[in-house]
Amino acid sequence: MNLTLKIWRQNSGKEQGQLVTYPVKDISPDMSFLEMFDVLNEQLVSKNESPIVFDHDCREGICGMCSMVINGRAHGPKTGITTCQLHMRSFKDGDTIVVEPWRAQAFPVIKDLTVDRTAFERIQSKGGFVSVNTGTAQDANCLPIPKDDADASFNAAACIGCGACVATCKNASAMLFVAAKVSQFALLPQGKIEATARVKNMVAQMDLEGFGSCTNTGACEIECPKGISLENIARMNREYLVANCKD
Amino acid sequence: MSKLDSKIPEGNVEQKWTKYKASVALVNPSNKRNLEIIVVGSGLAGASAAASLAELGYKVKVFCYQDSARRAHSIAAQGGINAAKNYQNDGDSIYRLFYDTVKGGDYRAREGNVYRLAEVSNSIIDQCVAQGVPLAREYGGMLSNRSFGGTQVQRTFYAAGQTGQQLLLGAYSALNRQIGLGTVDMYARHEMLEVVKIDDKARGIIARDMVTGKLERHFGHAVLLCTGGYGNVFYLSTNAMGCNATAAWKAHKKGAFFGNPCFTQIHPTCIPVSGDHQSKLTLMSESLRNDGRIWVPKKKDDIRKGNEIPEEERDYYLERRYPAFGNLVPRDVASRAAKERCDEGHGVGASRMAVFLDFKAAIDRFGKSQAKKLSIENPTPAQLKEFGKQVVEEKYGNLFTMYEQITGENPYEVPMRIYPAVHYTMGGLWVDYNLMTTVQGLYCLGEANFSDHGANRLGASALMQGLADGYFVIPYTIGAYLSKEIAVKPIPTTHEAFVAAENEAQAQINKFFAIKGSKSVDHFHKRLGKIMWEKCGMARNEKGLKEAIVEIRELRDEFWKDLRVTGKPDEMNPELEKASRVADFLELGELMCMDALNRSESCGGHFRIESQTEEGEALRKDDEFAYVAAWEYKGNYTYEMHKEELKFETIKIAQRSYK
Ligand SMILES: Cc1cc2nc3c(=O)[nH]c(=O)nc-3n(C[C@H](O)[C@H](O)[C@H](O)COP(=O)(O)OP(=O)(O)OC[C@H]3O[C@@H](n4cnc5c(N)ncnc54)[C@H](O)[C@@H]3O)c2cc1C
Ligand code: SF4
Ligand code: FES
Repeated sequence: MNLTLKIWRQNSGKEQGQLVTYPVKDISPDMSFLEMFDVLNEQLVSKNESPIVFDHDCREGICGMCSMVINGRAHGPKTGITTCQLHMRSFKDGDTIVVEPWRAQAFPVIKDLTVDRTAFERIQSKGGFVSVNTGTAQDANCLPIPKDDADASFNAAACIGCGACVATCKNASAMLFVAAKVSQFALLPQGKIEATARVKNMVAQMDLEGFGSCTNTGACEIECPKGISLENIARMNREYLVANCKD
Repeated sequence: MSKLDSKIPEGNVEQKWTKYKASVALVNPSNKRNLEIIVVGSGLAGASAAASLAELGYKVKVFCYQDSARRAHSIAAQGGINAAKNYQNDGDSIYRLFYDTVKGGDYRAREGNVYRLAEVSNSIIDQCVAQGVPLAREYGGMLSNRSFGGTQVQRTFYAAGQTGQQLLLGAYSALNRQIGLGTVDMYARHEMLEVVKIDDKARGIIARDMVTGKLERHFGHAVLLCTGGYGNVFYLSTNAMGCNATAAWKAHKKGAFFGNPCFTQIHPTCIPVSGDHQSKLTLMSESLRNDGRIWVPKKKDDIRKGNEIPEEERDYYLERRYPAFGNLVPRDVASRAAKERCDEGHGVGASRMAVFLDFKAAIDRFGKSQAKKLSIENPTPAQLKEFGKQVVEEKYGNLFTMYEQITGENPYEVPMRIYPAVHYTMGGLWVDYNLMTTVQGLYCLGEANFSDHGANRLGASALMQGLADGYFVIPYTIGAYLSKEIAVKPIPTTHEAFVAAENEAQAQINKFFAIKGSKSVDHFHKRLGKIMWEKCGMARNEKGLKEAIVEIRELRDEFWKDLRVTGKPDEMNPELEKASRVADFLELGELMCMDALNRSESCGGHFRIESQTEEGEALRKDDEFAYVAAWEYKGNYTYEMHKEELKFETIKIAQRSYK
C-alpha cells in the first residue's frame, strides 16, 4: 500500500520542530510499523538525508523503548500493544499517518521522535525496591503468598516503563506508572516494611520532576499497552493517605 | 604448554566452590570504598553484579546503550529460570541440574563451572523472591514450576511468559536502590567503544555519550563486561535491534581470547520470516513445547490448512524420533529436526519453511480436567473448548496474543507456524573460574562469556547463569584480584593510555564519515546475515565455511569502501551506532566461520554435515575435540587458536541420547 506520513522532525531539544511530509510506497501489510520506518529511513539515507531518529530496541513489546504518538494516540490506534507491535495491516492504502513524540514537560525531546524519560529513573531510585542485600534471603517457599496476591502483584509489575500513560494524559501525570510500582510491592509481604517511605518518596520525586497531577480522566489506562489498571492508582492513594496519617 | 589457566580449584566437584569461598582473599570494607569498578551492561548479569558489588561497598559505574537499565534484552526472556530446589519432589538435585547442563551442552563445558552454577541456582530464587519478584504460584501459596527441554524434572520457575522481565526488574530495583544511595553512578545511552589497558591490566573504558556524541574516559580498578550475546551477526535473530558484540570484540582485540565463537543456538520455536522487510524474529517461548505438539503433514508439498489435515496424515516427528523426550528434546535437536522436515518438502505456510505447533490436544485435555475441577458433569464440547482455552490463556496468554499480533492468525483456533531462528550465543569471551578474561582485571559475565553452556544451552539456564555470575560468583571472585589492587590510586584519565584509546575510537568514527560511499549500514548487515545463516547456521560443512570466509572478507572490504553514514558524529546518530556495531560483526563473523571450520565434529548447536551418525544425529569426536577453542587476536585479522582441554572427572562422557 501507499501512504503519506507526517513525521515530527526536531534537530535537538533546543531547536524548533515541525511536521515533515514523506510519501512511502509498496508497504506490505505484514510489516510492522517500525519496519515501515526502516524502509523510509533507507530511502532517506539513499538520498543523503538524515534518517528519522526514534527509540526502539526489542521490537517485541517488552523493553518499553519505542514511543510514538500515532494519529494522536500513544502507541497507535490499537489498544494493548506498543508501537513496535503495531502492524501495517491496521492501516489502509492511501492513509495519512501523523507521527509525533511523547509530549510532556517532564519528557523533553532529544531528537525527532526520541524523548528523555530519565525522570522515571529518578522516581524509581527513590523507593522502587525492597531493601534486601544479596545473600540474605531465606528459602523462597518459607513465605507462602496467596496466588491471587502474587498474580495481582505481577499484573502491576508488568509495566514496561514506556511512558505512554504520561504522553496520553492531558495533565502529563505519571500516576499510573508510579502506582504500578507502589502496588507491586504493596501487594506482597516483602514490600510492606518500607511501604510508608516508598510511597512518600516516590510521589515526592514525581512531583519534583514536573509531572502533572491526576484528575482521574482514566486516559492512561486505555492507552497503557500492558493493561495496567486504574485500581493501582486507587491503591497508591490509599497507601499515600495511610503513610501521611502515620506522621 | 597452553597459555590458558582455567584456575579450577582442586578437589572433587562438590567441594570446589565451598573450598574456594573459604580461602579466597577478601578486601576489607575501608579499602572497598576506594576501589572503583566499571560494569558495562545492565542486563541480568550487569545489574545483579553492580548492585551486589555496590552493596559490598565498592564504587560502581554502570553503562548501557538503552535509555534505561531496565531495557537490557534480558527483559525479553519469556520462559523461565532453572533451579535445583526440588520443590516438586520429582527427584531433582544439584547433581542432576549439573548433569543435565553438562549433557545438554554436549560435553563441551567445564564441570567445575557448571557444578557451581547448579549449586548457587537455589539462592537465586530465594534472592529474587525476597526482592519482591512476583514469580508464579500455586493456590497453596507455594512457587510453581514447569518443565523445559532437555530435562525430565520440573525445575523451571517463571512469571507467566515474562520471566526475564520480572527477574530483570528485580535486579534493576536492587540497582536503583544503590543509585539512590549514591554508590552506583548510572550512564544510560552510553556505548562502550574501547577498553583501556595500562601495564597489561584493564583500567577503564572509552564510552560514547549517545545523546551528545562526545567520547568519555572512565577509570576503573576492574572492568566487567556484561554486554550480552552476539546473535545479531546473523542480522535476523531474536535479539534486540541494538544487541552487539562491540564491547567483547574490542576487548578481544586488546588481548581477551574469544572462546568457541561458532557455538550458536538456533531456537526451534520462532515465528517464521514473512518477507524481506523483516527486521527481527520473535521467539515463542520453549515452554510452549510443554503443551504444544509439533508436526508436519506426512505428504510432501501438502498445501492444505493445518486444521484440514486429518490426524492420520500428520507426522509428529519429534514424538516419533525421540519417544523418551518427545516434544521436549533440547533445542539443537528440535531445530535440526524441523529443518530436516522442511528440506525434505514437508514444510508448511506460504514459505514452506515452517512446521506446526499445535495446541488442540492441550485445549482438549485442559478442558476435561477443568470441567472435572469445577464438577461439571457432561460438559458440552463448546464448554470444554472454552475451559481448555482459559487454561491455555492463563499459561501462555501473552505469547498467544503476541503471535496473533504478528501473524494476524488466532493460535487458539489454528496451529501456530514456527521455524528455528538464531537466539543465543554460547561462545563469548574466554574466562577462567573467576570469570576473568585473559586480560588482567577484565571480567566477563552473562551471555557475553563462553563459560557454562558448552555447545548447547538448555532452556531457562541463561537467566540462571546471568544472575549466578552477578549475584553469587563475581562478588567473591573479584576479591582475588582486587585484594592485590588496594594500593592502586585512581589513575587520572589524562594518562596516555586513555588518550590513545580515545584516539582509536575517534579514528574509527572519522573513518566512517570519510568513506562517503553509497550503501547504508543495513545493506551490509543484511548481506552478512545471509552469508552467516546459509553457511554458518544450522548445518555447516567445510566447503560452505571456506566460501563464507572469502565472502565475508570481500564484504568487509566493500563496507570500508562504499559505506554511507549520514549525519554528524557529535549528535544522536543511530546510523553511526549501527556502523560501529556492524564493523565488528564483519570481523567476528569471519572468526565464527574459522572456528566452525576447525571443529570438524558435530556437537550441540554446531552441526558439521560431515560428522553425523547413520540416523542423522550429531556425532561428537571426543578424542579430537574435547576442548575449548580460545582464539587470540594477532593483528590484521589473524587469529591463533589455543586449546583448553576439558576434563570429565565426575560425569562419564557419553553420546547424547534423547530417544
Ligand atoms: C527472546 C529471548 C527469550 C529468552 N528466554 C529465555 C528464557 O526463558 N530463559 C533463559 O534462561 N534465557 C532466555 N533467554 C536468554 C537470556 O535472556 C539472555 O541470555 C540473558 O538475559 C542475557 O543477559 P545478559 O545480562 O548477559 O545480557 P543483556 O540482558 O543482553 O544485557 C546486555 C547489556 O549490555 C549493554 N551493552 C551491550 N553492548 C554495550 C556497549 N557496547 N556499551 C554499553 N553497553 C552495552 C546493554 O545496554 C545491556 O544493558 C532469552 C533470550 C531471548 C533473546
Ligand atoms: S503504566 Fe502502562 S503506559 Fe505507563 S509506563 Fe507502565 S506500561 Fe507504559
Ligand atoms: S521496541 Fe521494545 S517495546 Fe517496542
